[in-house]
Amino acid sequence: MNSIIKTSFAAFVAAGIVASATTANAQSLTGDLVIFSDMHDPAPRAVMNDMAARFGEMHPDLNVQVTIIDREAYKTQIRNFLTANAPDVANWYAANRMLPYVEAGLFEDISDIWDDQMSEELASTKGALSVDGAQYGVPYTYYQWGIYYRKDIFDELGLSEPETWEEELANCQTLLDNGIKCYTVGTRFLWTAGGWFDYMNMRTNGYDFHARLTNGEESWTSDEVRETFANWRTLIDMGAFIDDHQNYDWQEALPFMVNGEAASYLMGNFAVAPMREAGLDDDKLDFYQFVEITPGIPRGEDAPTDTFHIPTGANNKEAAREFLKFVVSAENQTLINNGANLGQLPVNAMSEVDDDKFLQQGFDMLSNRAPGGIAQFFDRDAPAEMAAAGMEGFQEFMVFPDNLDAILERLENTRLDSY
Amino acid sequence: MTISSDSYSQTQRGWYKRNEIAITPWLFLTPGLLFFFVYVIWPIWQSFGMSLYDWNGLGDINVNGTYIGLENYNKLFGLAGERADRNFQISLWNNLRWLVLYLLAIPAGLMIALFLNQNVRGIRIYKSLFFFPFVISQVVVGLVFTWFYLPNNGLFTVITNWFGFQIPGGVLGNPNTATYGIIVAGLWPQTAYCMILYLTGLNAVDPEQVEAARLDGAKGRKMLWYVILPQLKPATFIAFVVTIIGALRSFDLVSIMTNGGPFGSTRVLSFYVFEKSLSERGLQYGYAAAVAVVLFLIMLVFISYFLWAMYKEEKAAR
Repeated sequence: MNSIIKTSFAAFVAAGIVASATTANAQSLTGDLVIFSDMHDPAPRAVMNDMAARFGEMHPDLNVQVTIIDREAYKTQIRNFLTANAPDVANWYAANRMLPYVEAGLFEDISDIWDDQMSEELASTKGALSVDGAQYGVPYTYYQWGIYYRKDIFDELGLSEPETWEEELANCQTLLDNGIKCYTVGTRFLWTAGGWFDYMNMRTNGYDFHARLTNGEESWTSDEVRETFANWRTLIDMGAFIDDHQNYDWQEALPFMVNGEAASYLMGNFAVAPMREAGLDDDKLDFYQFVEITPGIPRGEDAPTDTFHIPTGANNKEAAREFLKFVVSAENQTLINNGANLGQLPVNAMSEVDDDKFLQQGFDMLSNRAPGGIAQFFDRDAPAEMAAAGMEGFQEFMVFPDNLDAILERLENTRLDSY
Repeated sequence: MTISSDSYSQTQRGWYKRNEIAITPWLFLTPGLLFFFVYVIWPIWQSFGMSLYDWNGLGDINVNGTYIGLENYNKLFGLAGERADRNFQISLWNNLRWLVLYLLAIPAGLMIALFLNQNVRGIRIYKSLFFFPFVISQVVVGLVFTWFYLPNNGLFTVITNWFGFQIPGGVLGNPNTATYGIIVAGLWPQTAYCMILYLTGLNAVDPEQVEAARLDGAKGRKMLWYVILPQLKPATFIAFVVTIIGALRSFDLVSIMTNGGPFGSTRVLSFYVFEKSLSERGLQYGYAAAVAVVLFLIMLVFISYFLWAMYKEEKAAR
């Protein structure tokens, strides 16, 4: 107990010093800094190692150790290592995904490093990292969602980027008449269906309703939700989605688009890299914001944020806090998110967005054309139990739209149980 | 030297020698019992305890968990005004399907064993080929069958197309066929396992009895039923045990082939436990523990039967 008080006191003092000092002062960091990361794919892994190396150079007396764990395995291991063998810094996700760990007291309250400057620079995500007014992590990257489409196919059929629901449906009908599916999707792991629901609901009922729904304050059997599913069903009944999508994961759904069997894909920006690799260059691939459905409703967007946190069991919280500040600095965020590294959007408002066509469009969309609000994603906005039941229901709906009533009733029951 | 050793054994004889017969077996059993207690009995006990809590698996159960008595069981079975958990019912039914259909591995294994129990050139190669699916990992079996069942270009789909019928959504994408598709995949290695059990059993069949039966004019089905099968009873028993346990533990194939989908229709109890506790959106440890307890009780029925049957046999042999 005594040592805990001492450490937290030391951390508090250190944070105070650090907050008032410039980086030159922080060179006194010593000991080990253990970082557990889920940035397992080749590009993110290089980014993580590079970040650690640059931080290590700034603090020669500090021994920075990075352990990189497979992204899926990380999701189950985190609960063990946070309690048993806590690192000093760990990756995770914002919003409801971090809530259980915050509530269990496993993530450190780091409101002290969210000073005025940082709060201003990271204003867009502060809410997603706050619980009861205190902050429990920092963001390092985020990415837009939207419709990625085959520009060459659209051009060939004389289609243009749609703005309204009617245009979207008309485009889709033209594609179908030419034997091309409108959308590829792989719902095997469910979350892709969650993306579709997010957009259908945000466009039908607006961001605020969507936020209340994922927050458990609206009924799943309400007329608004039924309206969302009715719109969604219009697409399903047209045959807009590829067949048998419940058998594919999101990567397995890519070839349909690459081969020209489907014309577009509602996805996060991370899908661009594999599509480019498969031969879709910027002349063939383009992006547009999900169309307006109910006229006049301000559009909200999905933009999931990935984050760093300090476990409460960390040994070197002083160095960890310093690392988090280093991560969110405009300079570092510009670097790690550029096209050669993560290829995503920096969260810090002072950093620069890469010249990449999709990043520029995404940044413009999120900054200027998403007045409704920025959602994280269905499974980060809704609590775990609701997210699991919800996405399973969405998948069932996409295959058997006639089951809607039973699905909605189940979801409503889950809502009543789990909030 | 002699004297000292003598006096040494003298003192020993006093207590240990007298009780040697009684104590030695326990001495040898101690390590096993210790591990059995720490890794089997204690966790079972812990699961029981955990199932009485509302706990998300994070932090200390006494701090972050809430004691709710039998509430988790109420939720599972829909007692006391609660709605029964639909996913739990799906899992229970699927477990039943597994239990019944998985037993097909026993006659299938017997057939193959009888077929392979002959002396022709290269029989060892044929035996190894039939045994092969049991040696490869369940993960590989699952993947191979997933590709086999793929809609559009999977081999199975190609074959069914020849006969002019199609399963909408593909075998694993259709909630009516997915569980059966997985069971068939599971039967492949399980049949090989039963086959090996029967092959070794057939080695022990008494040739004199077969000879005698033949002199009496028994052949074909009668020979099999009245002469061979009774002698294979120990093999059948073991095959039954491993198949039942295998059916109840069917987790890996479900996890690999469908991940519980489409829309949760291929869940089994063991997978549901995993889903509720360790999976990405788990975080309901107490509830998962309650499901695990139910699975344990189902297993207990079979385990008690097996133990009772073995005990009876031992007694008869004595």
